[in-house]
Amino acid sequence: MYNFEFEKPSTIADAVSALGGEDAQALGGGQTLIPTLKQRLAAPSTLVSLGGIPDMQGVCIEDDGSVAIGGATTHATVASEAASNYPALAALAGQIGDPAVRNRGTIGGSLANNDPAACYPAGALASGATIITNTRQIAADDFFEGMFTTALDEGEIITSVNFPVPQAASYQKFLQPASRFALVGVYLARFADGVRVAVTGASEDGVFRWSEAEEALNKEFRQDALTGLNINPANMIGDLHGSKEYRAHLVSVMTKRAIEACM
Amino acid sequence: MTKVSMTVNGKTVSGDVEGRTLLSGFLRDHLNLTGTHVGCDTAQCGACVVHVNGEAVKSCNMLALEADGADVGTIEGQANADGSLNVIQQAFQDHHGLQCGFCTPGMVMSAAALLKENPRPTEAEVRKYLEGNLCRCTGYHNIVKAIMAASGQDVSSIAAE
Repeated sequence: MYNFEFEKPSTIADAVSALGGEDAQALGGGQTLIPTLKQRLAAPSTLVSLGGIPDMQGVCIEDDGSVAIGGATTHATVASEAASNYPALAALAGQIGDPAVRNRGTIGGSLANNDPAACYPAGALASGATIITNTRQIAADDFFEGMFTTALDEGEIITSVNFPVPQAASYQKFLQPASRFALVGVYLARFADGVRVAVTGASEDGVFRWSEAEEALNKEFRQDALTGLNINPANMIGDLHGSKEYRAHLVSVMTKRAIEACM
Repeated sequence: MTKVSMTVNGKTVSGDVEGRTLLSGFLRDHLNLTGTHVGCDTAQCGACVVHVNGEAVKSCNMLALEADGADVGTIEGQANADGSLNVIQQAFQDHHGLQCGFCTPGMVMSAAALLKENPRPTEAEVRKYLEGNLCRCTGYHNIVKAIMAASGQDVSSIAAE
């Protein structure tokens, strides 16, 4: 790992200011960034830890019932503190990596990284979450812009994420056991005004909404509604863990499991 | 170089480190606490698990400066005050929960973290919790048995294989 300066501000304003320096990089829990630095795939001049900012920590329930999660909140904290108000999201957080990774990794870090096989992007997109930064609010539908790419500007920090709570929801993760990421993961959220289905791990463009399935489920919420619907394998990820066709098939299978879990 | 201070196994320690110094490196190279092992160095294997403010973390995937002011526990702090093995360590010995021993410090630290939050885990819960700790010798069976025994549960029905 190349060397860098390290800063750990205690306010969002100080973090923004520190990130204004040349080649400064934000550090969440570091569960992806530190391995990346070890491989010398990045060489920031300064790492700005977001782990010392109290305003970015914890889970709270807003007056409208939505769940607001500070950007530097760990997966372990979400798994325990969101469990009563949004159990499907808490279950998602509790399946990321392993216990020691969940004690460090953060929701803001996961969303900002937008790994094409990460779990949180599916949860945020299917829930219609709002990503709140130091400068603006971004709807999840506008946030994810392809593999490892988001709407975030240089130096912009995810300070919190607001999740509307659906009537029913389920995250079905087909685990890639070596990486502990999703080989394919489907998050289904059923709201009063419609169903949202978000798929991670499958597409070369990163997380996406399966709109045909949503339309079918809005007409009739049962597994048979998906009959005849197929994901085109062309844009799927194909690697030694699973072919494009295999992933396309898994999207249907995992979506059906999510429907069953929401019945 | 930046000064870092923390409590390690109850003692206040400090040292001058670079930004890139990992917590595992600080423990091993600065404090000579070489019980914390670095296996994969990619946060997969769990040999480097320590406790930071009571929570299990992979010390090869955390900067030493991130632990400034923290309360850190390592395998060296696990034995009883009189130097005898603690209940988890003793159970690993009694149930042959190790062969080469390389993964054992991480296994014991993960087991301690598990039993703190779940004092009587089921066998399935133990196996689930150990997903981030890899052992290439034992096949895990006796590790699971040792942790079940350390939690005070009868393990006679878990057949040796």
